[in-house]
Amino acid sequence: MSTDTAPASPPPPPPSPSKSAGSISSGQDTRPGDRVFAGLARGSGIILLVVMAAIAAFLAWQATTALTENEGNFLTTFEWDANADPPVFGIAVLAFGTIVSSVIAMVIAVPIAVGIALFISHYAPRKLAAPLAWAVDLLAAVPSIVYGLWGALFLVPHVTGLYEWMDDYFAWTGILEYNGGAARSLFTVGILLAIMILPIVSNVCREVFKQSPKMQEEAALALGATRWEVIKMSVLPFGRSGIISASMLGLGRALGETMAVATVLSPSFLIEPSLLDPGGGTFAQNIAASFKEASAAGIGREALIASGLVLFVITLLVNGLARLIIARRKEYSGANA
Amino acid sequence: MTDVVLDKAPVNDTPPPPSSTLRQPRLPRWAPLGIGALSAALGSGVGLVAGLESRIQWGLIAALLYVVINYTLATLVEGSRQAKDRLATSVVWVCFLAAVVPLVSLIWETVVRGSKVMGVDFLTHSMNGVITLQEGGGAYHALIGTVEQVAIASIIAAPLGLLTAIYLVEYGGGKLAKAVTFFVDVMTGIPSIVAGLFVLAFWILYLGFDYSGFAGAMALAILMLPIVVRSTEEMLKLVPNELREASLALGVPKWLTILRVVLPTAIGGITTGIMLAIARIAGETAPILLLVFGSPSINNNPMEGAQSSLPYYVYEQWKLGNTASFDRAWAAALLLIIFVMVLNLVARAIASWKAPKSGR
Repeated sequence: MSTDTAPASPPPPPPSPSKSAGSISSGQDTRPGDRVFAGLARGSGIILLVVMAAIAAFLAWQATTALTENEGNFLTTFEWDANADPPVFGIAVLAFGTIVSSVIAMVIAVPIAVGIALFISHYAPRKLAAPLAWAVDLLAAVPSIVYGLWGALFLVPHVTGLYEWMDDYFAWTGILEYNGGAARSLFTVGILLAIMILPIVSNVCREVFKQSPKMQEEAALALGATRWEVIKMSVLPFGRSGIISASMLGLGRALGETMAVATVLSPSFLIEPSLLDPGGGTFAQNIAASFKEASAAGIGREALIASGLVLFVITLLVNGLARLIIARRKEYSGANA
Repeated sequence: MTDVVLDKAPVNDTPPPPSSTLRQPRLPRWAPLGIGALSAALGSGVGLVAGLESRIQWGLIAALLYVVINYTLATLVEGSRQAKDRLATSVVWVCFLAAVVPLVSLIWETVVRGSKVMGVDFLTHSMNGVITLQEGGGAYHALIGTVEQVAIASIIAAPLGLLTAIYLVEYGGGKLAKAVTFFVDVMTGIPSIVAGLFVLAFWILYLGFDYSGFAGAMALAILMLPIVVRSTEEMLKLVPNELREASLALGVPKWLTILRVVLPTAIGGITTGIMLAIARIAGETAPILLLVFGSPSINNNPMEGAQSSLPYYVYEQWKLGNTASFDRAWAAALLLIIFVMVLNLVARAIASWKAPKSGR
């Protein structure tokens, strides 16, 4: 793709500033101050790696302790009795709840986040765009427990009307039944998670949209394309991988969110077919909710750590995939520029 | 390659209008606003008539009406291409409003409900001896806990993160640097509860220490570290290479070059990054729940015994589930938001004050 710049690009690619600076003095690293400082810097890099390894190792170690004593099947048991004498626990309900609530969050949040990003980058009046971007940045900093409190005390009473309406028209689907009572259900959790990840997803999307090639956009405009045609033909294709990775980052957040789920959801160890009725649970929510009882005796804490390990692995995979897509895009845009 | 597609589209789709006049008929400029007002009125009207309780439905109906009316009117007057454009514009506006409403409501509710019991008493008293149903009490103990835990976490994570970033930018390039970069990315995605579980497994279950503010601070440090590394790395990369070369050419050792030339140049951005990281961890509840355990009384010693923290206090008061405790929860949430927002604003102020001077 970058054949037109071929003569300039071969072996010596644009050297990053750091590397050239490093190579200048690498031959004379004999001064004691240099050695100490370089050692300190390298040492802290190594500490970071050690911490990561320790996280994986200790979680895995404690998890195996719990799993060897587990009388139930860890993957399929619909129960969490880790404190009982023959401990029985399984993550089936938690995995279901985590995935369902995150998927609902993604379905709601991603289109809206793309809309917001487009609004800020292409639609908003110039004077409004900068303060808006700034406000969205600030909202990303609101702590999750505040979202949780708002969700439990404000959102839950306000969605019951909507749920009754959905029950009236969509109850036949089986998954959108609502039998009254407080709407502390997986669907409400999904809505709240969507609101929480909106700022992050739209921030990343906005950054990508801002980098879309201006020349293409202007060329399209000059040919008489409407604003939507410009976006459809030059902004969205350019930003597609950016949108995907942004949603993956948001998904990572939604999967691991603890407090907002713990405050809103009314948990149970059943898989309810109806998403609007209370019940279910997520990995993080279950850890937060059953931790105090788990500390008493038995292998309660170890069992929770085992479920945490599963969450850890899932978020690692999701985030790793997102990073991979971002990394690929970097090369692409580099060749384009 | 896409250019081929670009120059075809407009030509193909606009045959009819030019025959009569050069200008296509357009909706007046105030049309979107007018349609917006109309659909808002219609939405609330339908909501009132049908007796729908929740305002969310009113809003959704109005939003749907806005998009539909906009599209049909534009199709009738301006033709299908313009109508599609209007459709996209109205959908984007609706998306934006749909996102703004809950976020504004969040801030509004917190400020209104939180200011009820917020005051000097709330800031200077603990919950020691306050019965759950009783009004009064405060968040002083939680404030102390948050400040101490966040301070300890920053003392651990800030230097470590700074040095790691220096390693990546100034010394990096090898396999180790690549591994560190990758794992910093991975670390950014660790859920806070997993960080808490790790410290639980390592510090409390393996080493046998008791719950303490320090244990919580370690988990917070794990969460803070990758954010500091990332932001510092970005800032160090912005330092012009000429500065380094000039200093090295004068015979200044590399470590002094970094300390005296590179870091001072980037210090504004680095401070901003660290403050944003602090703001981020100050609101973390999950690790505190697992490691600090919560306490209603003042404990000034983070190394021993249960403490509280502001986010944990919000959770605890919410869990008590009565009017008085809800009021306290909202007030603490307000305090937390103010804390985080002030940190953010100051950080951004520093960033723009110390903004790159080379640009001028």
